[in-house]
Amino acid sequence: MKAFAALFAQLDESTKTSVKVAALADYFRTAPDSDKLWTTALFTGRRPKRVITASKLRLWAAEVAGLPDWLFEESYSIVGDLAETIALVLPPPRATSDESLTYWIMHLRALGTQDEDARKAGIIAAWDRLPPAERFLFTKLLTGGFRIGVSAKLMTRALAQATGQPEPELTHKLMGNWTPDSVTWTSLIEADDPGTDASRPYPFYLAYGLEDLEALGPPADWSAERKWDGIRGQFILRGGTHYLWSRGEDLMTDRFPELAQLCDALPDGTVIDGEVLAFADGAPLPFAALQKRIGRKTVPRKLLAEAPVILMAYDLLEQDGRDIRHLPFADRRAALAGLVAQVSTHTPLRLSPQVPFGTWDDLAAARSQSRDVGAEGLMLKRHDSPYLSGRKKGDWWKWKVDPLTIDAVMIYAQAGSGRRANLFTDYTFAVRDGDALVPFTKAYSGLTDAEFRQITAWVRKNTLQKFGPVRQVPPVHVFEIAFEGINQSPRHKSGVALRFPRMLRWRQDKPVAEANTLDDLREMLRLYG
Amino acid sequence: MTDVLTFTDRGIYCPAGDFYIDPWRPVPRALITHAHSDHARWGMDSYLATPRTAAVMRHRLGDIAVQTIAYDTAQQIGDATVSFHPAGHVPGSAQIRIAVKGQVWVVSGDYKTVDDGLSEPFVPVPCHAFITECTFGLPIFNWTPQDILQGQINRWWAECAAAGKTAILGAYALGKAQRLLRLLDPAIGPILTHGAVENTNEVLRAQGIPLPATTRVDANVTAKTHPGALVLAMPSALGTPWARRFGPASTAFASGWMALRGVRRRRAADRGFIVSDHADWAGLNAAITATGAEKIFVTHGYTTAFQQWLRDQGHDAHVVSTDYQGEGFDAAEDAA
Repeated sequence: MKAFAALFAQLDESTKTSVKVAALADYFRTAPDSDKLWTTALFTGRRPKRVITASKLRLWAAEVAGLPDWLFEESYSIVGDLAETIALVLPPPRATSDESLTYWIMHLRALGTQDEDARKAGIIAAWDRLPPAERFLFTKLLTGGFRIGVSAKLMTRALAQATGQPEPELTHKLMGNWTPDSVTWTSLIEADDPGTDASRPYPFYLAYGLEDLEALGPPADWSAERKWDGIRGQFILRGGTHYLWSRGEDLMTDRFPELAQLCDALPDGTVIDGEVLAFADGAPLPFAALQKRIGRKTVPRKLLAEAPVILMAYDLLEQDGRDIRHLPFADRRAALAGLVAQVSTHTPLRLSPQVPFGTWDDLAAARSQSRDVGAEGLMLKRHDSPYLSGRKKGDWWKWKVDPLTIDAVMIYAQAGSGRRANLFTDYTFAVRDGDALVPFTKAYSGLTDAEFRQITAWVRKNTLQKFGPVRQVPPVHVFEIAFEGINQSPRHKSGVALRFPRMLRWRQDKPVAEANTLDDLREMLRLYG
Repeated sequence: MTDVLTFTDRGIYCPAGDFYIDPWRPVPRALITHAHSDHARWGMDSYLATPRTAAVMRHRLGDIAVQTIAYDTAQQIGDATVSFHPAGHVPGSAQIRIAVKGQVWVVSGDYKTVDDGLSEPFVPVPCHAFITECTFGLPIFNWTPQDILQGQINRWWAECAAAGKTAILGAYALGKAQRLLRLLDPAIGPILTHGAVENTNEVLRAQGIPLPATTRVDANVTAKTHPGALVLAMPSALGTPWARRFGPASTAFASGWMALRGVRRRRAADRGFIVSDHADWAGLNAAITATGAEKIFVTHGYTTAFQQWLRDQGHDAHVVSTDYQGEGFDAAEDAA
């Protein structure tokens, strides 16, 4: 655990990518295989099963620290991270430990089979043997989430340095539903063939936002299609079994049972990159329809009828069991079109139509119709582009429509957590309705650190009332809120729900009297909802 | 119990002696606990402070009417008897004791209970009512013992020197900077100081406080002229063009807020050393217990939570709002 804690400290303290990569590579050269495997698992979002609820941990930590529960909660709200709060409030350890990361993970897993008293004793004993930095990490393992500013990209680069293997190959090896129990370090990283696991997806190719249309060269080199607003997914059919992966590497196969029909319609050894869309009568349904399906492991029949999904196919990555990602996009697309053409129109599979254009002006005109056809913009792909892995510039670009915007008044502020602990960064916004203010959205992002600091100082001095962690503030500051979509929502007082709301600008030039009204918001709902 | 002190929009006021303590608006007579700018403000007709505090105030505020008073010496002001007692916060910092008709109240100013090797160590003063800061009044704040801290800082500096990097350490110009100076091992390399830090060093050296040799950074001082150096600077100087003259550098902040990972990451420094001139959780609780006070007033910091905690412990505790800031954790506040 000491070596892992030292690695963590280096990663956590540095803001420089080169330093982080060097620290990780060094760790991957020196740590024992089992620790390397677990570290790789943790940093790619694979964590040991939870053996205890967060609420129990809070109670036990407060008890050991001799604090009333409310004071522990107050501390937690300031620190913004449960594991860190626990590590900070506990008394110093009375013993020491030289055990490895793997040892401590096995220790906490062993607790999972025991009764609550034994679990409590086991956890408290561990806290008492670990110095604060290691105690924080151990508790982090207990509470789950392990986000520490190490992206998969960065870790893959470090692994490439340590093992001498190419990055794309390692990225592929790390995909899929392996766990530290199902593989060894050797079978995962050092074995030659990443294709041994039938369910393993290819790394997704992601595009950056378009910077300069003119710089793309001749329009004839490019293909355009709609950027659909659903869930990006990779459909895999291998060995008679199908798998559906999200971009975040969640296996979503069971959430969209209608896609099982594709197994009979497509040949084995097919992998399609596409968009899962709620779709009816030849057109996509609003994202809100798909939203009802997200997070549901089993789908009631009524919902299946209300919000049926299809796979809108973008690209073909594997054909007849062969990885064809190196082929030009035009060839892959032609092969994909051939596959889809053979499938009955009742099958929930569509080919994402190409948007024809001769000039960039034609394309701009097509983009301006995005909202009318239920898309969030355009995707541009060079005809000769291979299917790369990860977010890359050059061959693919997304060209989204400009967001919708509205000027709103800040009425509540709440402190953030993690890096934003102690800063008021989470705001509730309202529109005017006569003399009243009607809250309609929250937003957390879009301002600079300096602006957040300025507003934090203002909130501290201008709090009208506190409701737990929430501060009511005078309606003084106007912000331009950008969002991607608007839907009717009976759950909200304003009657609307926004998609991806964020702060575009702090309108220090605007008085509250010039903020938008509830009627403006309703008009937007009528136009774009 | 009659109120020896009242809380006004100008500051803490003593009717019996007609004076204010650390007022934030101009008043005829001000008693000053210590020389930090949120406590010792410009514009008072007259000031009363310890000699070391007075020296820094003259440096900062220019030509002011300031009388000095030694620690543990009673002085009659109107119907009040006042005396100053070490607060352990920075050199010259004091708690102010006010006695009126047998009632004793103590204003803590800012304080810490551990001996930092620089400031006159904190002495508990028994009283009926204690007005205490609580900048770090939550159980998440537990300071690193000073000997361990010293090892951490010198190890970091030595690593920087070995890697050919300048070590730049951000700390308050008054108190924190000198405390750190005395923890540094001059065998590692030269110690350079930002002008604001060096100005305070000069004032304190003139007060008879020994500090290691330092070199003021001017246009001729760079990483080339002083390889392996540690630079002590105001926190606000880090990341500015001023700091860039030192070439490849490792930056660090020394503050109580560095106990929080979120703040550490937000400040984006390479290192964060947990060190404060304010009392930590244990320090606050020990200090309050030691006064034996019946009534506790908590000012700047986590006042609401700390008041509730004290009430849970059976104290008659109240929150008083003041304009004091304690130790800020963001650049805007560091500059204050």
